[in-house]
Amino acid sequence: MFSTALTALPLDSDWINFDVPSLVQNFWSATFDGLTFGAIYALVALGYTLVYGVLNLINFAHSEVFIVGCYAVFFTLSGLGFGPSAPHLGFWSIVLNLVLALIIAMAASASTAFLLERVAYKPLRRRNAPRLVFLITAIGASFAIQYTIFLIRGPNAEAALTMYRPTPIFDVFGTIIDSQQLVIVIAALLMMVATDLFISRSRTGRGIRAVAQDPDTATLMGVNKERIIITTFVIGGVLAGAAALFYVMKIPSGVQYTGGFVLGIKAFAAAVLGGIGNVRGALLGGFLLGLIGNYGQILLGNSQWTDVVAFVVLVLVLLVRPQGILGTSLGRSRA
Amino acid sequence: MSMTDGPTPLPTAAAAQAAVDREATTAGPGSSTAPGAGRFKSFGSKWNALSRQQQWAFLAIVVVLAYLLPILNPPIITTEPGNNFALACFDMARFALIAVGLNIVVGYAGLLDLGYVAFFAVGSYTAAMLTSPDSPFLHIPYLWTVPVAMAVAMFFGVVLGVPTLRLRGDYLAIVTLGFGEIVRILATIIPAMKGQVGFQNVGHPPGSEAGGTPIFSNSNGVPWYWLTLTIIIIVLLLVGNLERSRVGRAWIAIREDEDAAEIMGVPTFKYKVWAFAIGASVGGLSGALFAGQVGFVNNQRFDVQTSILFLAAVVLGGAGNKVGAIIGGALVSYIPLRFTAIADYKYLIFGVALVLIMIFRSQGLLPARQRLLAYGRQAYSRISGRTGGGATPRTGQVTGQEKEAGA
Repeated sequence: MFSTALTALPLDSDWINFDVPSLVQNFWSATFDGLTFGAIYALVALGYTLVYGVLNLINFAHSEVFIVGCYAVFFTLSGLGFGPSAPHLGFWSIVLNLVLALIIAMAASASTAFLLERVAYKPLRRRNAPRLVFLITAIGASFAIQYTIFLIRGPNAEAALTMYRPTPIFDVFGTIIDSQQLVIVIAALLMMVATDLFISRSRTGRGIRAVAQDPDTATLMGVNKERIIITTFVIGGVLAGAAALFYVMKIPSGVQYTGGFVLGIKAFAAAVLGGIGNVRGALLGGFLLGLIGNYGQILLGNSQWTDVVAFVVLVLVLLVRPQGILGTSLGRSRA
Repeated sequence: MSMTDGPTPLPTAAAAQAAVDREATTAGPGSSTAPGAGRFKSFGSKWNALSRQQQWAFLAIVVVLAYLLPILNPPIITTEPGNNFALACFDMARFALIAVGLNIVVGYAGLLDLGYVAFFAVGSYTAAMLTSPDSPFLHIPYLWTVPVAMAVAMFFGVVLGVPTLRLRGDYLAIVTLGFGEIVRILATIIPAMKGQVGFQNVGHPPGSEAGGTPIFSNSNGVPWYWLTLTIIIIVLLLVGNLERSRVGRAWIAIREDEDAAEIMGVPTFKYKVWAFAIGASVGGLSGALFAGQVGFVNNQRFDVQTSILFLAAVVLGGAGNKVGAIIGGALVSYIPLRFTAIADYKYLIFGVALVLIMIFRSQGLLPARQRLLAYGRQAYSRISGRTGGGATPRTGQVTGQEKEAGA
């Protein structure tokens, strides 16, 4: 019975195709694009990592914090007159518009994160609820936000916006790096360095690390735990808002109610890959996952493979090195 | 579902009675649907005050009514004219079965599975690919695909569970969430899974009416409903036995405190994988039933959102309570079908419901009884001889008091 099953199996090509020549040919452009995506993943991953470090909670609704930022970018820019074709504006006015969109997106995401913490998580914390309750609340909140957006904006993605026409800047190994890739990677790197400095140097950052290490002792030492938790959520929200601007820049047609969910899983995988609870781990994990996902996508020939590759990476990391590559917790790093 | 089978039997008459009682309990379908005490405390205590014969009679009526439901088509409850009531009944039964399966994972073992739809999808695709003329595989009769679908879903459960269940529960949540999405994507991008085209003419159980039309047709929900209801009763019996066994006690211990359970010698990893795999196989089973009833499987039916509905069903009914799971599952399916005006808002409604339930009533409609506590009290009372020692011949009443004490 099973021998017939084997002979009746469809050809391998019906299942998975490996297109190695295409990968070799596009290796460098895939690398630069992967790094760009990686920067976006890393910014979102930081939000997961910070909250996880402080509360030991996977904030499933962080993906919705991010997508709210994307909608904020979309509305701001379309309000400012941006459309599908590149705007006819001077360099500085474009920069000004984008900075405005960035600030509004950060504010929108940060207030979503703030509200989320107050409405959904704080009542549970006060009651000392079990972990399962936290996780179910998180997923419920994520779902509720997602479908609120769905009801308001419908199932389709918003019309694409072009912020500026990417101009080629460098030529590396015969591949052109354009201004968009450069802007995203550099801006994201700056923000990550700023976050890292904030966590390791500032007074509030010391508080965050203290609460991550031992909430009770930190409270005894005079750290206002509630304020630290709120701050952590807000920082995560601000970074997600920045990621939102870069995301809309990179994928103009990606503003859709499910967009956050899809990116959120990848960002979480990035956080776990680098070591969840570790700020630098989120950075490393984000870039690595961006690269792996992009190579995988080109090797397997469909952009949806990115998600599958990210997922397989997540499972493999959990199997082989569950603490991630860098592996230390937020509390222990540079304590 | 009596409480008489707590700790290892003590050498008393009550224990002997308990053993008899346990035999009786496991023998029939009715006892598994015994409603739990808790919110409806007065009802619970009334129920426990009934003699076993009365309980049986009541349950027999409930089961008969459940079977007659699509035929009776009661006026206010019916989902017509919006939706065919027999098909709605099948859908409710399908959700109830899924909720029973997911309840093993979430309710008993306390593991958060956010991608349950993936196992459902695996079951559906297994049934479709083994029966549909569109697939190049070997074809087998539909009824044989049901155990195959369960086995395949269980296999995926083990593959997914082994790397993640060694770690803290949160990882399982996100990995299952990812898996739910991945299965849908794979169904889209792997050519052999036929994406949106899907598989037509999925098989169904044999038998045809006088006119030659098959009994299990796509448009007639009644036979499918009866089949699913029967399967639910069988699954409830099996799950009920499992719940009362060493395995079930291990699950509850893991749910309550995993570290303590590990220290007390419960091999937590092993039992977590079991819970996950058994839950997955029930998901596969319901997927195979769904594929058979609808007769068509493609990639559009298995989005992650549906997983969250499943979770809402379990949480709404009361995680850890199989009657609660059935009620929750039926409700989650029934509400959008009955009130078609709000059907578009169902995801929002159940998403908000999840948050509200967790904040205000995390035990759900029918809370799971604190079994371990109840077992402990029961053992104590037996040893101290206050109620045990054969002095009270009516075990039903003894368990009644203990039930109340535990609830």
